[in-house]
Amino acid sequence: MRNPQLNAHGELIHLLSIEGLPQPVLTHILDTASSFVSVSDRDVKKVPLLRGKSVFNLFFENSTRTRTTFEIAAKRLSADVINLDIARSSTAKGESLLDTLANLSAMHADMFVVRHSESGAPYLIAQHTAPHVHVVNAGDGRHAHPTQGLLDMYTIRHYKGDFTRLSVAIVGDIVHSRVARSDIHALTTLGVPDIRAVGPRTLVPGDLAGMGVRVCHTLEEGLRDVDVVITLRLQNERMSGALLPSAGEYYKHWGLTRERLALARPDAIVMHPGPINRGVEIASDVADGTTSVILPQVTFGIAVRMAVMSILAGNEA
Amino acid sequence: MSASTVLIRHGRVIDPASGRDERADLLLQGERIVRIGALGDASADRVVDASGCIVMPGLVDLCARLGEPGGEHKGLLESELGAAAAGGVTSLVCPPDTDPVLDEPGLVDMLKFRARRLSRARLFPLGALTRGLQGQALTEMAELRESGCVGFSQAEVALADTNLLLRAFQYAAGFGYTVWLRPQDAFLGTGMAASGALATRLGLTGVPVVAETIALHTLIELARATGVRLHLARLSSAAGVALVRAAKAEGLPITADVSIHSLHLTDVDIGFFNAALRLTPPLRQQADRDALRAGLADGTLDALVSDHTPISRHAKDVPFGEAEPGATGLELLLSLALKWGQDTGLALPQTLRAVTSGPAAVLGESLGGLAASVGRLVEGGVADVCVFDPTPTWALTPGALRSQGTASPFAFDITGMALPGRVRATWVAGTLAYEA
Repeated sequence: MRNPQLNAHGELIHLLSIEGLPQPVLTHILDTASSFVSVSDRDVKKVPLLRGKSVFNLFFENSTRTRTTFEIAAKRLSADVINLDIARSSTAKGESLLDTLANLSAMHADMFVVRHSESGAPYLIAQHTAPHVHVVNAGDGRHAHPTQGLLDMYTIRHYKGDFTRLSVAIVGDIVHSRVARSDIHALTTLGVPDIRAVGPRTLVPGDLAGMGVRVCHTLEEGLRDVDVVITLRLQNERMSGALLPSAGEYYKHWGLTRERLALARPDAIVMHPGPINRGVEIASDVADGTTSVILPQVTFGIAVRMAVMSILAGNEA
Repeated sequence: MSASTVLIRHGRVIDPASGRDERADLLLQGERIVRIGALGDASADRVVDASGCIVMPGLVDLCARLGEPGGEHKGLLESELGAAAAGGVTSLVCPPDTDPVLDEPGLVDMLKFRARRLSRARLFPLGALTRGLQGQALTEMAELRESGCVGFSQAEVALADTNLLLRAFQYAAGFGYTVWLRPQDAFLGTGMAASGALATRLGLTGVPVVAETIALHTLIELARATGVRLHLARLSSAAGVALVRAAKAEGLPITADVSIHSLHLTDVDIGFFNAALRLTPPLRQQADRDALRAGLADGTLDALVSDHTPISRHAKDVPFGEAEPGATGLELLLSLALKWGQDTGLALPQTLRAVTSGPAAVLGESLGGLAASVGRLVEGGVADVCVFDPTPTWALTPGALRSQGTASPFAFDITGMALPGRVRATWVAGTLAYEA
C-alpha cells in the first residue's frame, strides 16, 4: 500500500499526516519555512510562488483561527483564496462530501485545505480529487493536524537546535488530540529519543506506547528534566463527565504551574497549540512567562504553511 | 410421469456430516437425492460431468442480509438469492433488522413466500426477540415460529436491560426456541474500530474486548440460569473464544459462529481509513484472528458465516466513521472457507464442515422435517447440492459478483488476495439454481 501523500518519486503531493513521511521530507519543509519567516517581516509581505493558483479552504468544522493562518499563508504566496464554510452550507442541505468535492473541482481548484470532524476524511478527498489538485489536512477528527505538528517542530528546532538530544513532554488530553498524534509522529521521525505522553489514564491510554512514546501517569515523572513541554487544550465538553470530574480537579493535578514547570530543565520551553484555557491546563503566569513560546508558534505557523503549500504546488501527482 | 432426474458423475463426493469422501456419482430425482455411489449404468434426463470437481452439500450460511424488506436500494431478494446460489449457498439465515423489523408473522410469511418463488436458496428468517428490536417488549415468538422463524435475535441492537433479557430467555426456553445474539455491551460497543494500537494511531473511537466479554459473561450466566439454547453470533476476540470454549465444556447448550472477515483480516488491514473495512464487530488483532481460526478448527465455533450485508457504493464513499458497517459475502463464503482450510492445513471434509453440517447443527430441530438432510448429502434427503472446482483461483474485481452490494474488504485492490475454488453448479431442492 503506497502512502497516498507521496508520488512515485517519493515527493509530497498531499499533506495528510506526518506518519509515514521520511525525515528528509520533514526537514525540507522546515528549511523552506525558514526562508519564508523573513517574508513576514518585509514591507511587501508577498512572494509570487502561487500566483494564478486557487486555494480553497474547505472547513467542514468551524475554526476561524486555523482558517485564517492558511488564508494569510496562501495570500503571501500570491494565491487566490476562497473560503467555504461548508459546515453551514452544502452538507446542511444533504449534499454528500464527494458531490461537494466534484462541484468545487469543477471550479478549477488547485489546492484544498480541509478541516473535518471525522478522522481520515482528507484521505477520502485526496483519493477522489482530480490528479492536479493538492490536499492539505488542516485537522481531521482525532487523527492528524500535520501543519500544527510541523510548526511545533519548527519552534522546537528554532529554540533547541538538535532534535536527537531532546526530552519532550506532551501533557493533557492526548486521546482526543490530533495535534498530539502529529507531534508524536514528527518527533519520532526527527529522532527525538525521549517523548513522554503525560496525563490521567482516561486521557492518555496505554496503547499510545505503540506510537513510540513513554506513557506517564504522573506529572512528576512526565516533566522531570524535559527540554520541551507541549501543553494541550482541554475541550470544554470533556471537563466534566466520564473522563474527568471537573476542570478544577484537572488543574489541581495536571495544570502546568510555575512550581511544576520547575521539574523540567531550567531552559525548557512551554508550547501550546491554542486557544489556551488559563487556569485549566496552564497557569496564566506560565502562559505569559519568559519560557513560553506560544505566540512565536503562531508566527512560525504562517511560514510553515507557506512552505507546505509551495512545496506541494511544485510537485506533480 | 416421474419427476426429472439429474446424474452428477465422476465427482469427489464429500459429506462432512457422515465423513464420506470418495469418488462417486449422485442421482437426483425431483426434490431428492435418490442414490449416491458408483452409478455407471444409470441414465438421467440430464448428466453432469463433475470430473475434477468436489460434490458437496449446498452451503448453509447463518448470517446473510438480503436488502428486503426496506433496503431495496441495497439489495433485492432476486439479486442476493442469486448471489447465494452463485456462491453454492442453498440455505441461509437472515437477521430480523429489516425495515419493518421482522416482528410480525405476516412479514415473515411474505418474505418466505417471495423467496420460495425464486427457488434460489432456502430462506430461514430469525424473528425479532423484542418488538421493533427496541428492547422493551417480547414479540409473539410462538406465532413467529409458526411462520417459519428458526430463532429469535436482536440483530445489531444491543440489549441493555438484563431483566428483559432474563425474561426473554425464560420464555424462549419454555418453547425450546434458540436465542441468537451477538455479544456486545450496549455502552462499550459503540466505537468505530477495535481498541488497540491501530485505532489509537488513526484516531478512531475504539471497541474494547471487554465489550464482547462482558456481554458473553452476562449471556452465559443467563443461559445457565434458564437453560435456553443460545447461539452466539460473530465472535471477534480470543477472550471470547475462550469463554465459549469453557461454557461448552460445562455442557451448556451454546453454539457460536465467526464471520469470514474476522477469520481472515485484522485491524491493520484498515490501512489508510479504508471504509470497506468498517465492519461490526470490528476487526481485531492478530492474536484474536489466530484464536478464531483455531476455535473454528477445533469445533469451539460451530460455523463460518458470510455476514453478507449488501451496501450501496455511496454509503461507503464517506469518511470511515460515517461509513455504513458491513460487506458483501455470500459469493465469498466457500472460497474463504477453503482458504482458511488451506492456511490451517485441514482436510477438505473438516474445512467444509464449517459451512455445511456445522451450521446445520446450529439450526437443529428448528429445521423441522429438513433437519435430517440440510447441510448433508443423504439418500432420500433434499437435493441441495454444490459442485465446485477446487483448482482455479479468482480475484474479487469489479463485476465479479452477482450481489448488488460490491463493497468488500477482500476486493483485490485492497488485499491482493487470490481466492481458491469456483462454484460450477448449485441445485436447490433438485432445481438448478446456478450454473457457471
